[in-house]
Amino acid sequence: MKAAVVVFPGSNCDRDCKVALERATGARVSMVWHQETTLPERLDLIVLPGGFSYGDYLRCGAMAALSPVMGEVAAAAGRGVAVAGICNGFQILCEAGMLPGALLRNAALRYVCKPVALDIVNAQTRFTAAFGGRREATMTVGNGEGNFFADEETLDRLEGDGQVVFRYKRNPNGSSRSIAGIVNPGGNVLGIMPHPDRAFEADLGSADGALLFQSVLASA
Amino acid sequence: MKAVVHVFLKPGVLDVQGKAVQTALHGLGWVDVDNVRVGRVIEFDLGGEDAAGARARVDAMCQRLLANPVIEGYRVDIAA
Repeated sequence: MKAAVVVFPGSNCDRDCKVALERATGARVSMVWHQETTLPERLDLIVLPGGFSYGDYLRCGAMAALSPVMGEVAAAAGRGVAVAGICNGFQILCEAGMLPGALLRNAALRYVCKPVALDIVNAQTRFTAAFGGRREATMTVGNGEGNFFADEETLDRLEGDGQVVFRYKRNPNGSSRSIAGIVNPGGNVLGIMPHPDRAFEADLGSADGALLFQSVLASA
Repeated sequence: MKAVVHVFLKPGVLDVQGKAVQTALHGLGWVDVDNVRVGRVIEFDLGGEDAAGARARVDAMCQRLLANPVIEGYRVDIAA
């Protein structure tokens, strides 16, 4: 598998993502600076990592969504390449219009950093196939603005079309309908607030994140 | 010309910052304070003389970057 991790100024999970991908899948991982206007050829997965791109100026992900590389990311997604936005990466995908909704400040106004139990709502996606018959997973969240918001009509559509992939068992941040992760209508762009890159080996408390990356490998 | 853009969360979108500020104001004794909303003001200079044209340009800026239309509304003031 060939993967790329986009690095924005202020990304801080970029190297975690690289290590997680390498260990979980054996992928060859390129780090791509956000000012690049080309991506490596024949990628199977592009990861937008967590962090505080551009210091969260204006709104989380707003500036990063306009980075030169994002045109290429959107074009690759249009060709069917898998794209995973994790935490800040999820915020960037929403700001770029590649996923619906937005991430608001946590309802309790607190940064939450802890392992969370998730329901795998759709196990048939390119990001969940390797979970097999399992319908639950554990990963760590670390966010201050992880409160997923979309209008009721959009939420109904997301649920009706199987685009809700992960849901919190106990909502840590006020997200609408406890949504933790969604995909686009094509099923190849994932936004997820919990960090699979912080849960790829048992020593980290959970290895469930490895299954997410392995799912992409299996479909590659 | 000078443009001033006020950005606020839309009605119906939970403004937790506003809620926290309201609670604090209540704590200071201003108990009749209600519906606190915390927003953002962005101001900048803009070339050209045509106020209507400037308004249209700033509106486009709001749609593209300054506000997120999914969650935020905005108001544009243009001054000479």
